Amino acid sequence: MSGLTLESISMRFDLPNGSHVQALKDVSLDLRSGEMLSVLGPSGCGKTTLLNIVAGFLAPTEGRMVLNGHDIAGPDAERGMVFQQGALFEWMSVRENVEFGPRMRGAPRADRRATADRLLESTGLKDFKDKAIYELSGGMQQRVALARCLANDPDVILMDEPLGALDALTREKMQGLVLRLWKETGKTIVLITHSVEEALLLGERLLVMAPRPGRIHREYRLPFAGMGVEQDLREVKKHPEFAERREEILSMIWDMEEEIMGHGEDAA
Amino acid sequence: MTDFLRGFRDQLAGLLAALGGELAEFGPTLVRAVPALAAYVLLILAIMVLWRAIARGLAPRRDLRSLKTVTFGDESAVRSSRAASVISVVVIFLVWGAFTGSALVPAFLHVPGPFTGEAAFTYTATAPDGRTDDAEVRIVVHPFGEDPQVPPVAPGAGFAKDDVFPVPALRNELVRVDLNDELGRDEGAAVTQVDGRAIAPGGEVLLDWGRVGMSPRGTLNVVPEPGWQMEAIWLPPPEDVWDRLVGIASDGYQNFTLLEHLGYSLFRVVVGFALGALVGIPLGYAMGLSDWFRGWFDPIVEFMRPVPPLALIPLVIIWAGIGEVGKIVLLFLAALWIMAIAARAGVSGVSIAKVHAAYSLGASKFQVLRHVIVPNSLPEIFTGARVAMGVCWGTVVAAELVAANQGAGKMIVTASKFQATDIVILGIVLIGIVGFAIDVLMRLAENALVPWKGRT
Repeated sequence: MSGLTLESISMRFDLPNGSHVQALKDVSLDLRSGEMLSVLGPSGCGKTTLLNIVAGFLAPTEGRMVLNGHDIAGPDAERGMVFQQGALFEWMSVRENVEFGPRMRGAPRADRRATADRLLESTGLKDFKDKAIYELSGGMQQRVALARCLANDPDVILMDEPLGALDALTREKMQGLVLRLWKETGKTIVLITHSVEEALLLGERLLVMAPRPGRIHREYRLPFAGMGVEQDLREVKKHPEFAERREEILSMIWDMEEEIMGHGEDAA
Repeated sequence: MTDFLRGFRDQLAGLLAALGGELAEFGPTLVRAVPALAAYVLLILAIMVLWRAIARGLAPRRDLRSLKTVTFGDESAVRSSRAASVISVVVIFLVWGAFTGSALVPAFLHVPGPFTGEAAFTYTATAPDGRTDDAEVRIVVHPFGEDPQVPPVAPGAGFAKDDVFPVPALRNELVRVDLNDELGRDEGAAVTQVDGRAIAPGGEVLLDWGRVGMSPRGTLNVVPEPGWQMEAIWLPPPEDVWDRLVGIASDGYQNFTLLEHLGYSLFRVVVGFALGALVGIPLGYAMGLSDWFRGWFDPIVEFMRPVPPLALIPLVIIWAGIGEVGKIVLLFLAALWIMAIAARAGVSGVSIAKVHAAYSLGASKFQVLRHVIVPNSLPEIFTGARVAMGVCWGTVVAAELVAANQGAGKMIVTASKFQATDIVILGIVLIGIVGFAIDVLMRLAENALVPWKGRT
């Protein structure tokens, strides 16, 4: 079967003081090939842990993960990752960064050149390919990160708040780019974000996670990503259903945060 | 046990008393330096005011900085003033020249030199029977090392006879003015006045051109005014140092050419540093990548790092002698720990996101090491290399001071034994220039090889 399946993923680890943390409890998920999933939740709900488990950087204590029919163990080029920032290699030019994956796999020079040129073109970096990373703005750097990930042609792209460090205007432009690339490449994408608006705009499906233990609280199926491919994102945001969903999810997360604060006071 | 403690307490009390005595001894010297320092600071401020006025007149400022009203405390508004740097160096040479009577510095800037030429004073001798008589003493103050012609003088009337004595400048001379007197010290007469002022054994009389003192036995001691200039044996004028440089550059010093002295020192530094880096960098990588190696070497590295390399010199001499091996071992040890710590910091400083990114782009462990960890650690390693080269240069000079056949340090320590102050100063200047050049070269290499340093 094609796609990504998580079966009852749990993760629990001991702390030096003898207590333990239940970071995730019984998380199950089925993702079709080509689906875009966004994940929201208050801090401490385990969404980054979940992403790191799918990426293969962390091992779950229970459960099973299957991608395209085989089990996931450890990081692999089939699951690409886009980080918030600081994950580019400053000692390489923009083009060398994009070529990194194919180069590690031993792709011929001409092939990886062609791939890099195509992706730099579609991410709007054509004129910056020989620049150094530190000469680019934050938004451009995230374009390089996207291009670098796509150059490897992964089956799944995992994004850990990729637009979190950008200013509002750049962020909106980048949301449009992510949507366009998703449409063009048909990749399966898991996007973690703090922004409810971004989660609604980009996710065909949206998971709201709850903390203590980290678990799936609520799941939505949304029409906005499909709309966003055709029309301006601002228009999508004006949609009454968009505003309704946004308020619903915001108050849901607000309540969870309040509860965490309450817990904190009890503990103190 | 109590005996031991009591003994220790006594030792400590003795030490503190001795240290207190030292403080009391050099304290007044420090106090005497205060006026000179104050004068220097005033000079700096005076030139600053003067320069600012000139610069404002020449080219009024129109840039952003000139519009900032808050500059005191605004770090970005403080740029090193190039004019101040140039004037500062010029002032050093002017002061050097002024206090050494250098021919390079216009004579009106020279501080007063020692008195030379002819001078005279009269003395009054008192005979045992109370008679007194005056006589004139002519003093010919001549530059040290010259043998002046002393004109004869007529003895004059009375029992005290006129005299003439040569006295070298910057020295003092006991003059037996009574030797030619009819009634001298041996006959019970004594000198009681100089230039009409009473003098007794241990006392002195100040004159225009110097002073005349009296020894406990009653001999006059002539001290011509030494002035403020320094003798070449303490501080030679700049042109002497330059002439020495020209001389040594062609003839060498102590059987080795200047090039050999500097070349041997540099050779030791380069080889010792290279070996230290060759071992230290892999060691640092091992410490950064493996908790076992980290634990194993942490105590060793953390203990050896604060040990000054100079403290190892005696042990290295005992073990390896004073040849090249000993010096290179010493410099190896000086560079080793610095490079190991720099490499360890470079590895530890790699952000986990970069490593994760490389793995999820399909890199193997070796590829992560080769393409992520090593390049990411280069800026730290370059910083370490600059520090290590500086330490090695300092250490090699010190090691050569202790024992060497040739080298920059050997050159100046030998020169100091012969009181060849010009060579000592020349050597210090050359050592400084080489050390500065090393640092500049390292910085250039750093800019060329790790341009991303400090830009992330």
